[in-house]
Amino acid sequence: MLECFSYAVVMTAARIRHTPTTPMSALPMADLLQQVAEHRDVDAFRQLFQTYAPRIKSYMMRQGADPNTAEELAQETLLTVWRKAALYSGDKGSATTWIFTIARNLRIDRLRREFPWQELPEGHDETASSDILPDEAVSEAERRSRVQEVLASLPSDQHEVVSLSYIEGLSHSEIAGRLDLPLGTVKSRMRLAYQKIREAVEDLK
Amino acid sequence: MTIKHHADDATLMSYSAGTLGEALSAVVAGHIAVCPSCRSELAQMDELGGLMLSALPNAAMLTLPPRPATLENASAKPAGGPARGQEAKPAAGAKTLPLPLSRLTGCDLNAIAWKRLSLGVWHHRLPLSAGAKGDLRLIKIAPGQVMPEHGHSSTELTLVLDGSYTDQVGRFAKGDLADLDEEIEHQPIADETTGCICLIASEEKARFKSLLARIVQPFTGL
Repeated sequence: MLECFSYAVVMTAARIRHTPTTPMSALPMADLLQQVAEHRDVDAFRQLFQTYAPRIKSYMMRQGADPNTAEELAQETLLTVWRKAALYSGDKGSATTWIFTIARNLRIDRLRREFPWQELPEGHDETASSDILPDEAVSEAERRSRVQEVLASLPSDQHEVVSLSYIEGLSHSEIAGRLDLPLGTVKSRMRLAYQKIREAVEDLK
Repeated sequence: MTIKHHADDATLMSYSAGTLGEALSAVVAGHIAVCPSCRSELAQMDELGGLMLSALPNAAMLTLPPRPATLENASAKPAGGPARGQEAKPAAGAKTLPLPLSRLTGCDLNAIAWKRLSLGVWHHRLPLSAGAKGDLRLIKIAPGQVMPEHGHSSTELTLVLDGSYTDQVGRFAKGDLADLDEEIEHQPIADETTGCICLIASEEKARFKSLLARIVQPFTGL
């Protein structure tokens, strides 16, 4: 999970550089987001910013933005998080997923100059709910960790197409061109990768 | 509405990754709005995107997090992203569109300014962003109209908005998405009483024009 991952990164960085770093909060990202949503908590927002903005900048650069544009888009993604936090609802997915969809839509709008049809997973009623039953919270975390396991164990040819699509922003036809593969092969690798995820979480639905 | 024909996993993943073109994405959005099953798959795929994002290395940030004053300022502004069209309430008896699509046409299919394409076939071109390639249009087929046999490329999607049609694959009714394999030749027949209205997107304009020409040809004798 991102929170554990970032904590490890921060700790490693701190050990290597022997410089004081902002300690990561023990609070999961979803809780920080709830803090922002309910209390307009600036400190919680700063922690979200420090966790996500550098990754979103990476993401935007991999999608073809120059470093300045990528930085601006990372800033703007996080400002959107601040503005729309009230629409975030923990039962509609993890904080990371929600922030990914904001970054993705911004990228479609700014880097591709297209209209983003993808709705942010905020439900159709636009009312946030923080009433997640404990059982649901547990199965959410379990689901995420299983997806992460599947992702880590994907055959490299499947991981490659998923990464080229999600991170490099290539269409399936562009991936086919890049890897010199038939389009059908690219699509079937994508399907196989997703099939594994679906099977891994099936019993949690 | 019982939906029998869904988006292909690969199509949904491309939509989730944000790499599907605008025209095709509009059709997927229209299907997802009425299909809980595809909506749930999409949520899972978005989560995959979130995990891919979180595994990225940190890029060095040149700027600090915004100051509280900047944040207060941001709160005052309307939510970001391009404005979505005002979704008017449909009149009684209106043939309604899935909500996200109403920004393109208004929400009543009866109000569309149809242009005749050939005997029993009308179309209406829909606008796309300046940066978008592809082609997006509504097609209306008269009740009982038999379309000439034709094939599709894998970069075309068809969503039934009203009525239904039947072809070799099956019956496609309101909400069904035809996300067909390449090389499938089909001969759709519009429902005898209701006819059929579809939203059709193509990734490539040129290819779509040649498809339309093939559909129209037997009628116009070109």
